[in-house]
Amino acid sequence: MLPAIEPQVLIAVGLAAGVTYSLRLGGLLLASRFPRSGRFRRGMDALPGALLFSLVLPSIVAEGGWGLMAAALTAIVVLRTRNTLAAMLCGMLVIFIVRKLGA
Amino acid sequence: MIRGARANVPVAASAMAYGSVLGVLAAQKGLSWLDMMYMNTAIFAGAAQFVMVDMWSNRLPLFEMTLAVLVINLRYLLIGASLDPLFSGRGLLHKMGMMHLVADENWAVTMSEQRNGSATTWFLFGGGVFLYLAWSSGTLIGLLGGGFITRPEEYALDFAFTAVFTALAVGLWRGKSDVLPWIAAGCVALLAHKFLPGKWYIVAGGLAGAVSAMLGPCDSIEVEEVEDAAGY
Repeated sequence: MLPAIEPQVLIAVGLAAGVTYSLRLGGLLLASRFPRSGRFRRGMDALPGALLFSLVLPSIVAEGGWGLMAAALTAIVVLRTRNTLAAMLCGMLVIFIVRKLGA
Repeated sequence: MIRGARANVPVAASAMAYGSVLGVLAAQKGLSWLDMMYMNTAIFAGAAQFVMVDMWSNRLPLFEMTLAVLVINLRYLLIGASLDPLFSGRGLLHKMGMMHLVADENWAVTMSEQRNGSATTWFLFGGGVFLYLAWSSGTLIGLLGGGFITRPEEYALDFAFTAVFTALAVGLWRGKSDVLPWIAAGCVALLAHKFLPGKWYIVAGGLAGAVSAMLGPCDSIEVEEVEDAAGY
């Protein structure tokens, strides 16, 4: 049997979904009005990497010195092997071991 | 499309791992599997779903929740904008249909694929569908079977997100022309993380990186030209 979804859940998730989809599509549609060369383009080209770096750096730093070690190992593994999954597991393994020993 | 799905296997594995963490948290907050799937399908954005589940209570704070989701997902405005070259020449309906299943993971995989010049919108979409399946099964496994993982952080599952995005960020590194933008992005992100509430640091850092690349020294133009030439 299906569990019921409360009306307030329906609204809350609906609002969140509307906001998220508008941002996704809005960014794409607005971008075609932007200039495709020069300084602005240079900024847009730098954006993806800078955004991902900003996403992870605070969590890495929050994990302390071992977080930096784990991130460095992840980076080395992905550069050597081009294997994202292996890189992720190596990073997680460092944190796993450190927390096991620390506990 | 199949190629896109296959290229997303590693990131999907990590999405499943931290999806299961979300499922465990959601079970503690009393969400049903249908609530969970409704969220996965309608929103399909991991970080925002985490924050919503965190704010979950008997009386949902609708305004605060929506605002939080807006702030966390502001990056999608930038992500959407960065996909413009990939979508060039495509009609509005195609764009509307493809954009819902754009998440950080398949976007990042598509961006690095585009470096080789072989990404298409179907590559992006194939990755999105695959991620949706992985994300949904991860959250449901956590929600329904989460009783036995009472402390997901003991297994470093919470670090899966950080680790996989670190790997993806490394893949987006373009060399010398990224030194200045990344330093700017990193500094601003750390400061914003310390002094601003919520997830503003992601957007603040990303913008700082883009702006510094715009204002940066002109030798990066040469680098760009070399890259463009190599692309042809």
